Amino acid sequence: MIDLLSEHPNASLLAGGTDLMVEVNLHGRQPQTVINLRRVEELHEWSYRPTQQSITIGSAVPYSVMETGKIAELVPALAQAARTVGSPQIRAAGTLGGNLGTCSPAGDSLPVLSALNAVIHLIGPQGTRDLPWGEFMLGVKKNALNSGEFVHSITVPVIQGWQGYAKVGTRNAMVIATASACLVRDTDEGLISIALGSVGPTIIRCSQAERWLRKTTSLRAGAQINADIAVEFGRRVSDEATPIDDHRSTAAYRRHCVAILAQRLLVRSLA
Amino acid sequence: MSAQELGNEIYTLRVNGQSHPVKDAWIGESLLYVLRERLGLPGAKGACEQGECGSCTVVMDSQAVCSCLVMAAAAVDTEILTVEGLGENGSLTDIQQAFLVAGGVQCGFCTPGFIVAVHHLLDSNPEPSDDQIRESLSGNICRCTGYGRILEAVKIVISQRGTR
Repeated sequence: MIDLLSEHPNASLLAGGTDLMVEVNLHGRQPQTVINLRRVEELHEWSYRPTQQSITIGSAVPYSVMETGKIAELVPALAQAARTVGSPQIRAAGTLGGNLGTCSPAGDSLPVLSALNAVIHLIGPQGTRDLPWGEFMLGVKKNALNSGEFVHSITVPVIQGWQGYAKVGTRNAMVIATASACLVRDTDEGLISIALGSVGPTIIRCSQAERWLRKTTSLRAGAQINADIAVEFGRRVSDEATPIDDHRSTAAYRRHCVAILAQRLLVRSLA
Repeated sequence: MSAQELGNEIYTLRVNGQSHPVKDAWIGESLLYVLRERLGLPGAKGACEQGECGSCTVVMDSQAVCSCLVMAAAAVDTEILTVEGLGENGSLTDIQQAFLVAGGVQCGFCTPGFIVAVHHLLDSNPEPSDDQIRESLSGNICRCTGYGRILEAVKIVISQRGTR
């Protein structure tokens, strides 16, 4: 596989095809060389390591596998994000590797990977390397992959405490996010992390709002929070967003959405 | 597989239990295109060609997928089932019959995709709840019926199969 990519550095990697084939069908993309990942078995596998409290998911595992079962039980925010991807047909095909390769700020799984501090395992001609999420996504459809490198798998921690994903769009099914957010509460560490999608050139991790919340209130198991704090948290989260007006929505509406999403997720996390 | 190699190569697709050679195809051709234009199977319909409408739905290795988003050359070694492969000897399936009875067909363009999606749903879950039916058909868009009669058709099939 690495040899193939070195031999054909411009080859398109094909997993689910839900991004690549849209480019081919509608935007005149003419791939000369395509490397099909269907038979690369290790990319289709996932494993749970109880001793390390982590799950490693191959880049070609489809979203339908994450929606239910063990992955959904251990990383519920990822299952919720997976369930909002397109339709059953799309979820049977689409993969984390595709979201990471395309690296759109609207990629549904990406706020989850950010809020969980996922580690992305890459393979290339120089060998393997692990990148923390924060160093992977560089801009709109830009990532840190070098030529000939590809995403092998993704490791996310299994965390004690509530986690959730929420998304705003024009309808329930088959929709690209107008705005999205993932909130993870780590009751062991007393931390809350929150990441936003579709409101900036990259996924936005709201570290200032996280820090403010940590100073303001206890987040350990059993902690209560008052409504004013949740509203203020939402306001601070939306201050960190950098949305734009485009064909899908306006910057002002997106800013409003993430404030409400953050506020709701925080309240749910403490319920 | 490069485009040059594929230009001269014949690859084989397994569709409805039969092997079909595909000759001189360009590598970017979708499974939808190959089914319709090269294999003479026009049941799957092309509308949005970006995975939003579900009218091209086929079953590939026991998963309902949008054939417009499957690169045909990458579908070798899979088992593909299209709407043409559902009924025996040209007769209607119970699902197709129920669509007729319930009036779940108006212009008919989305119908093959719905039929395949319902077939896949009831194969994997013979007694789905209303929510499960809606969720499993959320990737199929119908602009005529308002969906009520399609849901009605699915319920007819469930109750018929249950009493058999």
